[in-house]
Amino acid sequence: MPLLTQHTQDENDQYCLVASLDNVRNFSTILKAIHFQEHATCFTTKNGIKVTVENAKCVQANAFIQAEVFQEFLVREESVIFRINLTVLLDCLSIFGSNPMPGTLTALRMCYQGYGHPLMLFLEEGGVVTICKINTQEPQETLDFDFCTTNVISKIILQSEGLREAFSELDMTSEVLQITISPDKPYFRLSTFGNAGSSHLDYPKDCDLMEAFHCNQTQVNRYKISLLKPSTKALVLSCKVSIRTDTRGFLSLQYMIRNEDGRVCFVDYYCSPDEDIPEPES
Amino acid sequence: MKFRAKIVDAACLNHFTRVSNMIAKLAKTCTLRISPEKLNFILCDRLVGGGVSMWCELEQENFFSEFQMEGVSAENNAIYLELTSENLSRALKTAQNARTLKIKLTNKHFPCLTVSVELLSMSTSSRIVTHDIPLKVIPRKLWKDFQQPSVPDADVSIYLPVLKTLKSVVEKMKNISNHLVIEANLNGELNLKIETDLVCVTTHFKDLGNPPLASDDASRDRDPAEMAEVHVDIRKLLQFLAGQQVNPTRALCNLVSSRMVHLDLLHEDVCLQYFIPALS
Repeated sequence: MPLLTQHTQDENDQYCLVASLDNVRNFSTILKAIHFQEHATCFTTKNGIKVTVENAKCVQANAFIQAEVFQEFLVREESVIFRINLTVLLDCLSIFGSNPMPGTLTALRMCYQGYGHPLMLFLEEGGVVTICKINTQEPQETLDFDFCTTNVISKIILQSEGLREAFSELDMTSEVLQITISPDKPYFRLSTFGNAGSSHLDYPKDCDLMEAFHCNQTQVNRYKISLLKPSTKALVLSCKVSIRTDTRGFLSLQYMIRNEDGRVCFVDYYCSPDEDIPEPES
Repeated sequence: MKFRAKIVDAACLNHFTRVSNMIAKLAKTCTLRISPEKLNFILCDRLVGGGVSMWCELEQENFFSEFQMEGVSAENNAIYLELTSENLSRALKTAQNARTLKIKLTNKHFPCLTVSVELLSMSTSSRIVTHDIPLKVIPRKLWKDFQQPSVPDADVSIYLPVLKTLKSVVEKMKNISNHLVIEANLNGELNLKIETDLVCVTTHFKDLGNPPLASDDASRDRDPAEMAEVHVDIRKLLQFLAGQQVNPTRALCNLVSSRMVHLDLLHEDVCLQYFIPALS
């Protein structure tokens, strides 16, 4: 990609963030997994980029793209933060098509000069170059779910295929998804209460899909299905998912996604429980 | 007024089906002009539809094994018909793997283009599917509205890049903006630009090549690096690109600064001209 790599040191100096990638899909795929709101906050440190999307102050999704995923990654300040229109960013990243012809890769070089400046994208495929200048916005305070490991009550690691079907076929007429995790039967249960009746899906603790199961105390929580449904996007891309709940009933879903280079990226979902917590069912 | 024609060759039939599919994607209703040598699919969209016009021409002898026609009179030996282009492409869908295709102008209470398809069958009895496509015969006095569009002298002529890449870029740009700037110069460079409050996107194509200039061409004295630009409705361009299923033999883009984009495509022996007016 001669067009994207011929940059003098001077040129790089004016930017506080420079990131280059041989295959733009390693970046865009992860962003697609959290694209359920128009706007996202990008938080960059020398370790990588974290992109955060929130909805209704109840759910937050974070996509982490580590510095190692990029072929070049330069951050001149301790941290660089900006808010951006994610829909536009994704349209720009996939300008040469989401399913490229086999053997062709779209290279990306992303530069940002700092507060008040646009995010610059230079994309190249087969000698065709696209330059995008996306205006950035004032960063907004993101929610702190204060989800710390010491308060975690239960933790399950599942192979994603185990949850994929369940999530894609959730009864959307039900307002909530009820998650039961207990040290005894039914161990891990997903329940919906829709127009056509209730449905329960149980996962035995020792099934092949279950890689880890830790739970000392029965916990039943309800989450708005409309808030959880968007996480299906990350689920379909992922190979493993970790499901955790804490003492307050907050839910953390962590998806492990392997990109086309075989590197692992993570997408986190945090969701607060629905207010009226029901009596545990027998 | 008489018209009947027959296709027996499978390759010709496929080619004709492809042309009719392309027309259906480009124009909802179109005018079919039948003359002794040629068939034309014409779209003359006066301002209502944004002023896009199309002129598609095919030599009848490259497609039809039998072709008989008799126009309105000896001196005006042509027939102009208006039809819904999708009806024709839908009728031809059944003609895949057909033995023969016959097209005939008929009058069944109202004028129709009757398409009969003889399907391949294992037994001796033949199976025939018939479609009657309703149409309007365009009277002689309105013919002047469907003349071949005159091609104004282009400021810049340039070969188009691979249409698949072009389509994908324009598709994504359409998500962001309604207007698109097309600019090109005589150095083989073509740029597509959109600009909104949120974002500016420019795609640069280079080394596309310019066709040789005609000797009396005004653009001879033009600075090769100077860009000619035209603002167009992005949907019109996308509609054109969406209609192109196969890469054409030749694809040329002619820009008349601030006036129009003229796209000139050659698919084997079918020539398609598409005109998108500039936005004011």
